[in-house]
Amino acid sequence: MTVYVLRRLAQTLLVLFVTSGLVFGGLYLVGDPVEILVNPQADQEERARTAAALGLDKPVLEQYGLFLKGMFAGDLGKSFVFGRPALEVILERMPATLELAFLAMLMSVGLGIPLGLYAGLYPDRKTSKAIMAGSILGFSLPTFWVGLLLIMVFAVQLGWLPSTGRGPTENVFGFSISIFSVEGLRYAFLPSLNLALFKLSLIIRLTRAQVREQALLDYIRFARAKGLPRSRVIGVHLLKNILIPLVTVIGLELGSVIAFAIVTESIFAWPGMGKLVIDSIFQLDRPVVVAYLLVVVFMFIMINLVVDVLYSALDPRVRIAEAK
Amino acid sequence: MIRPPRLLAAILLGVTVLSAQAQELSIGLSTPVTTMDPHFHNLTPNNSIAKHIFETLVHQDEQQALKPGLAESWRAVDSTTWEIKLRKNVRWHDGTPFTAEDVLSTLKRIPNVPNSPASFAIYMRPIVDAKAADPHTVILKTREAHPLLPNDLATIHIIPKKAEAMSTPDFNSGKAVIGTGPYKFAEYVSGDRVVLTVNDKYWGPKPAFAKVRFRMITNSAARVAALLAGDVQMIEAVPTADIENLRKDKRVSLASVVSNRIIYLHLDSGREKNSPFVTDAAGKPMEANPLRDARVRKAISKLIDRNAIASRIMEGEAKPAGQFLPETFHGTSRKLTPDKYDPEGAKKLLAEAGYPNGFGLTLHTPNNRYVNDEKISQAVAQFLTRGGIPTKVEAMPSAVFFSRGSKLEFSFLLAGWGAGTGENSSPLRSLVSTFDPKLGNGAANRGRFSDAGVDALVQTALTTIDDTKRGIMLAAATEKAVGELMGVIPVHYEVSTWGVRKGLAYKARVDQYTLAHEVKTSK
Repeated sequence: MTVYVLRRLAQTLLVLFVTSGLVFGGLYLVGDPVEILVNPQADQEERARTAAALGLDKPVLEQYGLFLKGMFAGDLGKSFVFGRPALEVILERMPATLELAFLAMLMSVGLGIPLGLYAGLYPDRKTSKAIMAGSILGFSLPTFWVGLLLIMVFAVQLGWLPSTGRGPTENVFGFSISIFSVEGLRYAFLPSLNLALFKLSLIIRLTRAQVREQALLDYIRFARAKGLPRSRVIGVHLLKNILIPLVTVIGLELGSVIAFAIVTESIFAWPGMGKLVIDSIFQLDRPVVVAYLLVVVFMFIMINLVVDVLYSALDPRVRIAEAK
Repeated sequence: MIRPPRLLAAILLGVTVLSAQAQELSIGLSTPVTTMDPHFHNLTPNNSIAKHIFETLVHQDEQQALKPGLAESWRAVDSTTWEIKLRKNVRWHDGTPFTAEDVLSTLKRIPNVPNSPASFAIYMRPIVDAKAADPHTVILKTREAHPLLPNDLATIHIIPKKAEAMSTPDFNSGKAVIGTGPYKFAEYVSGDRVVLTVNDKYWGPKPAFAKVRFRMITNSAARVAALLAGDVQMIEAVPTADIENLRKDKRVSLASVVSNRIIYLHLDSGREKNSPFVTDAAGKPMEANPLRDARVRKAISKLIDRNAIASRIMEGEAKPAGQFLPETFHGTSRKLTPDKYDPEGAKKLLAEAGYPNGFGLTLHTPNNRYVNDEKISQAVAQFLTRGGIPTKVEAMPSAVFFSRGSKLEFSFLLAGWGAGTGENSSPLRSLVSTFDPKLGNGAANRGRFSDAGVDALVQTALTTIDDTKRGIMLAAATEKAVGELMGVIPVHYEVSTWGVRKGLAYKARVDQYTLAHEVKTSK
């Protein structure tokens, strides 16, 4: 097990190295950051000064070499736009994104599994059909459109919730968190709902399909024949067996909800990492984009690792084996 | 169906907005503010916030006319010496008095801000020496005659002497943000908001609001929704698509003005042959470069129906242009008017120039930089195609567009120019003067237009202290560069529009700054 985890971590380093090269090269090809950063009024001398101040006057391979050198010392470079360490800029925005992702996952898992179970257990009821129809809407409507619709209905027409932005934050273990207050939750509700809709639908459909499949299997029939109460058959036997595919999907979706909340964040003016990275791409703020993608890749690898370890906890038949 | 609650909500909102008004103002900004250091990144959103906290020696009013700021008066003693009288009895937010030493410290800090992506050093370069004659008089010496010194000073925010050695992080944390302006720094959360509180001891007119909260809402539909919901009382950069609906909405009113930004077409008049995106009428590569011929450029201008673009694509949020800046600005020509849509005249000019059958072009355009930039380009291309110059459009994000444009990879491009100085030498110098890194001319001349007559007029004007004489020279240079030679083809001036809740009023500014202390309650 330890060897397995260590080997995975070594692979992580390799992946990070390759990612950094790809992103660095890709952004270099896109364009010259000086053209975007300088004031349009700037003359040639000012442009040259900017290039020199940001180290963009050096050949690209030398720039990449310097970047790698810094990376192994834990320094991912300074943001061109903010003039601060890129990693610091990203980590500062992280709590906002994480709390949104957390609420969204809570909504989608908390609602999705019960609704999916219901729809799977009673497939012929009208409620089940309504749930399934709703879930089709949930993953087929574009996020930006639903987001604007939510704002128009709940903020503009009804005036119940604030339209955009993040509520007041409080300091929790050095992070500024907004969702521990009612006011903060009011701000976070619509964006996290918008973010949750797609995952919610996915989880409902996946749970239902699993339930329909597993409910017909022998072990369920046997458990019922043994005279176990219905709640135990569903809550323990069935649920545990449908969880394995769900955990994989939830894990991956958690990753994507953190990394790609870009659309929701920009519509709801939520000051998270997604909004930061989209601004950074437009401004060719290379250090921030590279650092962000490295953070995201690292996060995905870690989530996958946790999912693999969780498998063996859920299903004793799955053993994390030492590769030959 | 949702009527009753809507009415109820409107009443409730109305009540809360009214009671909160004199206290707090929330403003939705369209672009993120990236720093609190007024000398770090010369960018409109940053400068706009800085103007609340810090002040410049020379102020610009909503039409960019120069007004006394921290300087009571300024005058050119001789052609290279300027005497600037400072306002007395001005205090910094921490209570210390403002003196000439502060100005000198500011001038020393500006060229030395580490890692600055766009510094203010360009405005300082003409100054070779600065000293204080007495605590309230500053003497500035320029290398050669530099009549635009007051305009340049209008861009430089004065910081106190003790902040000279402060770093950009010190400013971002708020520690070093001490100004003389109408508002004091309260809070800055990167990517989210800036909060300011009123400076009770401000020397000028008192702002109407005790507290201002700027929220960065970059998505324009969300910004409009926030205004309609009453979460913010004012927004900048109202998107053209929503103008019509907002005009009808009783809850809000709009303030707009023809801005100092022109949208123009630049043509490759530099290369003698083999311009990269010029083909013959059949689409085969062509050796000759027709764009070098002023008659061809004029013909292209005549093929564009500017009124149609302004009314259909821009929904009235643009004014057809015949030169670089609207006539109200200094140094503009009274004679130039937008070219009329005249396909017959264009055909004649093309035939005269030796292209009766036309030729092919590709128009390159950014798609996320100017209002409706890609749509304007599509329209231009269709007008040209109809007029016998088959034109394709290639749109790309500005990050790609400007790098390629500056490397001269295009033959025909659409771009925009905002005259930061608020007068006509800025576009003349950057867009149509011969590219010359030594003089700092033609930095944005992506068509490499070059004309000795224009260069001479612009260079002489730039060292002519007399405002009237300089204005005449600049106007003459514009008439030659645009009217006669079509170095660039003006399309239209963008209109900038702000939306405010009923009960508030804002004087729309040509420089696109959103200034909370200029917001008035209209009662």
